[in-house]
Amino acid sequence: MNHTKTKKAFLSGNEAFAEGIRLARPQVISAYPITPQTLVVERLSEMVEDQSLAAEFIHVESEHSALSCAMGASAVGARAFTATSSQGLLYMAECLTYASGGRFPIVMMNANRATALPWNIYGDQRDSLSLLDCGWIQAYAENAQESLDLALMSYYIAEHPKVATPFMVNLDGFVLTHTYEVVHIPEQAQADAFLPPYTTENKLDFASPRNLGFSVGPELNDGFKYKEHLGMMAAKDVITEAEEKFAAIFGRTYPGLIETYETEDADYILITLGTIAGQVKDVVEGLRAKGEKVGMIRIRYMRPFPNEEIASAVKGAKAIGVLEKDISFGNEGTVYTNVNSALQKAGVSLPTANYIGGLGGKNISPHEIEEIFHALKKNESQVRFLGLEEV
Amino acid sequence: MTINAKNMTDTEFFYGNKGCAGCGGSLAVRIALKVLGERSIAVLPAGCMSAVGFNFPQLCFGNNAIISTFAGTASMLTGIAAGLRAQGITDFQAVGFAGDGGTADIGLQALSGAIDRNDDLLYICYDNEAYMNTGIQKSSLTPYGAKTTTTPAGSHIRGNLRPKKNLFEIVAAHGIPYAATASIGYLPDFMAKVEKAAKIQGTKYIHVMAPCPTGWGIATDATIDAAREMVDCGLWYLAEYENGEYHLNRKPQNFSDISTYLKSQGRFRHLTEADIAAITEVRDKKWESIEKNFLFK
Repeated sequence: MNHTKTKKAFLSGNEAFAEGIRLARPQVISAYPITPQTLVVERLSEMVEDQSLAAEFIHVESEHSALSCAMGASAVGARAFTATSSQGLLYMAECLTYASGGRFPIVMMNANRATALPWNIYGDQRDSLSLLDCGWIQAYAENAQESLDLALMSYYIAEHPKVATPFMVNLDGFVLTHTYEVVHIPEQAQADAFLPPYTTENKLDFASPRNLGFSVGPELNDGFKYKEHLGMMAAKDVITEAEEKFAAIFGRTYPGLIETYETEDADYILITLGTIAGQVKDVVEGLRAKGEKVGMIRIRYMRPFPNEEIASAVKGAKAIGVLEKDISFGNEGTVYTNVNSALQKAGVSLPTANYIGGLGGKNISPHEIEEIFHALKKNESQVRFLGLEEV
Repeated sequence: MTINAKNMTDTEFFYGNKGCAGCGGSLAVRIALKVLGERSIAVLPAGCMSAVGFNFPQLCFGNNAIISTFAGTASMLTGIAAGLRAQGITDFQAVGFAGDGGTADIGLQALSGAIDRNDDLLYICYDNEAYMNTGIQKSSLTPYGAKTTTTPAGSHIRGNLRPKKNLFEIVAAHGIPYAATASIGYLPDFMAKVEKAAKIQGTKYIHVMAPCPTGWGIATDATIDAAREMVDCGLWYLAEYENGEYHLNRKPQNFSDISTYLKSQGRFRHLTEADIAAITEVRDKKWESIEKNFLFK
């Protein structure tokens, strides 16, 4: 890695993300506080105060206004940022489809947190996963460095003319947002070389006045939605392009929509997302040392969904598990649903098991992960709440 | 230069919309944009004016315009102003046009936030006293006694039982740089207020009464008359709030007959003499307060 032009700092995920946003030079930041997102906007407001970031910082009175304000800024061609979590994300949900339908490439950090009721401020992924259909690119970070790097890459991908789609970067609440790690912070000049200023035709313009945010009736509506879908699908190639350019400038490489770990000859593969992946890797390493052919896939992007990538990575396996901090009540985990669809479309027929865990920030132990790998050997398709007896 | 009917621009900025015949709201938007000109960016939430003006591919605004979320008129205006400022663009007017429901109900939080931040924007509420776009449902600006589709006038409940929220004074209580009431029945007054507001830095609010023939149960050529009559009978007043002071702009010597105003409208036709007496009493109390607290030149 080329670290000659970077400085090292001991940062939480929130702080690392704020550093990435500073380097991305957003012009308008609108945010409303919610635990565990607060630190990212506190740091950004300090950067505006000490003039290391030239942005308009708007103290909005709600999350709905945070995203509505960001849309206004984006609609005049400004680079906009906001951050939220859990109830805040749900409160602004109306604006999520609005921003994607308007093709406003806003970046938002979401600190993954449980949704009420019961109230709980700790991390699970039900907030963002319940909003997968809102037309936002959704990425899930594993550590603070990836958080910083995604802050920069998210604008590159979202603003690409072929994509023009808003981008939600998800950081596990507390486990990532509040955990400190050594992070490499690039120089501004490097960031500028990576990320050009935002330019777009999709804006209100005094030289050529426009009407935006209009109504479209039944005859033409599907055409707009189809284009929105194509924009999201185009993100797949642009993610690759962004990661290649990122590697060339910053010396850090990323593996695209999914990260695979010891999957090539694996009989049993556990698919997951977010910070828990680190622990799954440790367990895989331990089991490998005992001669067990196990592996892991970390989904980095839930939208666009890595259908082909997952199907291709698991096609030699005997069974797979999906471990997720989410449940779609009355059915199963949403990640599991998506994974099964990917396999079915690719003609990959495997037993798949779903493990729901980590809800409301409950710890998932290495032992439990090991148990999952053992259970996969039964080659059974099932949906289980980790650590709870079947009722 | 004061803009008036003689020197007003011929350019139309809100043209070809599918508003109902006699629509008061569309007149308010059309006239305000003529005063504000081509450097204005209009934000309209879900509501009558966005429903009649933004039907792709028939888009009716000659200036830059965008529909916001229903609750997000003020917050989108804030973002537009901030986004342009961040790019060094300062010669523009961010203007919102929201109805009574979009302002006094669902949009009040965002409006309050914008005033609190003193964001540089002009917010115009065109008040037609109910959710007209969705079919005449009660809002918090529907006056006492009015029949709407959600406050039916029957033998048990006679229309809307709650008084009209005083949004002008709620807005003023924020200490806003400029707030005004207006009426499309008194267009020169409305135009002068729009022109004045555009020159003031910070948040400006104009509450313009804009009758809706469809919802009020009046003839399509009676919009202006109804708007004037409402002011003349004292149920609406023309005023400004500036530098912490209220100013009354028009003081009727004698109120015109309140029952003539009420009985000319379908929405009030069920009112009894006792109802009208109650409305009159509230009007008189309000004017006592106006005379005590508002300055008048």
